[in-house]
Amino acid sequence: MNKTLLIFRHEFLHTIKRIGFVVMTLVVPVIALLAIGIYQLVTTVTEPSAVEVTTIGYVDELGGFDGYTTQGAIEFARYDTRDEATQALTSGDISEYFVIPHDYILTGLVNRYTLEKQLETPPSMVAAIKNFLTSNLLSDRVSRDTAIRIEAPLYVVVTRLTETGDIASDQGGYGNAIVPGIFAFLLAFSLNFSASYFVQGLGEEKENRLIEVLLSSVSPRQLLIGKILGLGAAGMVQVAVWLISLPLILGLASATIGGFFSTIELPPNFVVLGIIYFILGYLLFAVLSAGVGAISTGVREGQQLALVYTLFAFVPLWFSSLLFVFPSSPIWKVLTIFPITAPIAMMLKLGVTDIPAWELAASIIILALSIIVLLFLSIKIFRVYLLMYGKRPGLGEIIRNLRNA
Amino acid sequence: MSSIITCEHVVKRYDGVVAVDDLSFSVEEGEIFGLIGPNGAGKTTTIRMMMDIIKPDSGEVTVFGEKLGETTKNKLGYMPEERGLYKKLRVLESITYLASLKGMDRRLVPEKADKLLGRTGMLATRGKKIEEMSKGMGQIIQFITTIIHDPMLIILDEPFSGLDPVNTELLKDMCFDLKNRGRAVILSTHQMNQVEELCDRILMVNKGRAVLYGDLSEIKSGYQSNSVLLDYLGELGEVPGVSEKRARKDHIELVLDGKTTPGEVLAYLVKHDINVNRFEVATPSLNEIFLMEVGKHRE
Repeated sequence: MNKTLLIFRHEFLHTIKRIGFVVMTLVVPVIALLAIGIYQLVTTVTEPSAVEVTTIGYVDELGGFDGYTTQGAIEFARYDTRDEATQALTSGDISEYFVIPHDYILTGLVNRYTLEKQLETPPSMVAAIKNFLTSNLLSDRVSRDTAIRIEAPLYVVVTRLTETGDIASDQGGYGNAIVPGIFAFLLAFSLNFSASYFVQGLGEEKENRLIEVLLSSVSPRQLLIGKILGLGAAGMVQVAVWLISLPLILGLASATIGGFFSTIELPPNFVVLGIIYFILGYLLFAVLSAGVGAISTGVREGQQLALVYTLFAFVPLWFSSLLFVFPSSPIWKVLTIFPITAPIAMMLKLGVTDIPAWELAASIIILALSIIVLLFLSIKIFRVYLLMYGKRPGLGEIIRNLRNA
Repeated sequence: MSSIITCEHVVKRYDGVVAVDDLSFSVEEGEIFGLIGPNGAGKTTTIRMMMDIIKPDSGEVTVFGEKLGETTKNKLGYMPEERGLYKKLRVLESITYLASLKGMDRRLVPEKADKLLGRTGMLATRGKKIEEMSKGMGQIIQFITTIIHDPMLIILDEPFSGLDPVNTELLKDMCFDLKNRGRAVILSTHQMNQVEELCDRILMVNKGRAVLYGDLSEIKSGYQSNSVLLDYLGELGEVPGVSEKRARKDHIELVLDGKTTPGEVLAYLVKHDINVNRFEVATPSLNEIFLMEVGKHRE
C-alpha cells in the first residue's frame, strides 16, 4: 500500500478511536434528543396548569365596563368598592385586581393591586386587561369584528417573489437559517477539535522522537498529506454523523414541538457549499496546524499557539446577531472573505440572505489560494523544524530559514 | 564484501555553523561499524543524512550505489537515541504500523513479530499497550520495530543505554546475528567498551570531521604506548632502558626510555633468569585513544 495511504489509515483509525472524538461525535445528537425529551416532559407536566383559569378582580369607578369578562384563561370579577376587592384579594378569591378610575378616559391610568413582588406586569396580563378595556370601550360603537381587528390589527405574511414575479422557491426567514446556523456552529467545533488533534498528535511524535523513525521511513510530504487526509476523513465522519442525525432530530422536533420547527427548510446550494466549505476549512486548519505543530516544542505549546487561529473560527458566531439585523453589513463581507473565518461566516450568511456571486467566488478563491500557499510553507517548515527540539524559533528566524530552505 | 552505504565528501551546515565537514566513509556487508565521537561532534547529523531525514548541503550518500529515496529507505532500520512509541497503541499494532511504513506486507508482520517477541522473551506483551510497559521493555520493542523488515543496514543510536545486563547481552547477541547474516550494523555510542567488544571498524568524528577511520585492531596497534606489562617471580632490580616502574593490581608497567625496544627488555629479563609469567606490549584502550584524540583537537 502507498505510504501516504498507510499514514492516512493510521491517523484516521487512531483519531476515531479517541474517547474525546467519540464523545464529541455522539454528544450532539444525544443532547438534541435529550432536549426534545425534556421539552415533551415539561409540556406533559405543565399541560394541566396551562388551561387553569385565573380570576382577577376589577373596580369600575367610571362605569360601563360590564362585558367581555373572559379573556382567554383570565376571568374578570367585578367588585363595587376597593375595600371589597382588597378583601377578596387577601382572602385568596382573586389573584389581583385593578381599578378603572373616574378620569380613566382622560389619563388612561389604571391602578393594579397584587400580593406578588414583580419587576413589571406580566405581558399576558397586560394583553388581557387591554383587550377587556378595548372591547368594553368599543362596545355598541363598532361591530364585534371591527373591535377584534382593532385589538389585533396586524398579521404579516411575507411572500418572496423572483425577479420575474413568480413565487420564489426559497422563502427565507428563520426557518431557512436554522440548519446552516447549526451546521456553522458544529463546523466551528469540528475544525477546532481537528486542529487540536493534529497539533497534539504531531507534538506527541516530536516529544517521544517517533518523528525521526517516521521520517526515516517516509518523506515529510507523505507524512503531512497522510495526516491531513486521515484527520480530514475523521472530521468528515463526525460532521456526517451530525448531518445525518440532524434531519431525523429536526423531523422529530417538528413532529413533537411543531410550530417553528415545521417551517425549517434548507437553503438552495446549502449541501454543495457546505461540503466545499467543510473541505476547504478543514484543509486550511490542517496546514496551519502542521506549521504550528512543527515549530512547537511539545503538545502544550502547540495547542496554545493553535488558539490564535482556532479562536478566529468562532468570531462569525459572536457576530451572528449582527448578521440577523444587518445582513449586508461590510463586517460580514470581511468575515466571509477572510480565509480563517470564511467557512463559518459563509454558512451563517447562507441561511440569512442571498450572497452575491462575486462574494462567493472571492471567498472560495482566496480560501483555496491561502491553502496552497500555506501548504507550500508548511512543507518547508515541516522539513526545517520537525527535527528541532528544545527552543521554539522566533518569527524572524522562521522567515530567514524559509528563505534558505 | 561490498559497501552497503557510502558517504562521499558530505557537508552539512546549520545557520552557517558546519556540523559535518567533508566526511567520507563506507559501511560494508556483514560488519558492525562504530560511529563514535564526543557530544556535538556531528554523529546524529551524519545518521540523519544516511537515513535521508535531512539532505546534505554537498556530497552524496548512496545505498548499494543508489541515491537515497523511498525504496532505499525500506532497506534501512533506525533506532534513535531518545526512544518512544505510540503510548496508546498495542505492541503488535505499533510493530505492524512501523513495519508497513518500511514496505513490509502487513499480513506477514504478526508471524515475524511473534518470532522476535518470542526470542526476546516478550511474547506475552504483544497485546499490551506501550504505556503499560517499562522503559527497557519499550526499548526492546523499538529494537524489534527497527529490524522486523529485515533491513540491510541497521543504525542503532546508544542502543544499550537504560538496558539491564540481561537485555544488553540479548541485544549484543542479536547484533552478532545480524552481522552473521550479512547485515551491516552501525553503532553510535559513547560506551567505548561496547565498541571494542562489538565493532570491526570504526569512524571517530570530532567537530564534524573524521579523526580516525578504519579497522579497530589496526587503529589500536597504531597507538602502542611506550611501555610493557610484566608479571614475574623473583628479584627484578634495575632494568636498563626502563625509566619508570608503575605497580598495577596483578602486574607492573615498565615505562621505556624511548631508546630501548620491548625486545631488548625481554632479552635482558631472560638473560638474568627472571621467571616471566606475562610479558605484553601495552596498547591503550579505545577509551584512552578517544580521550587522546578529542583532547588533541581541543588544544
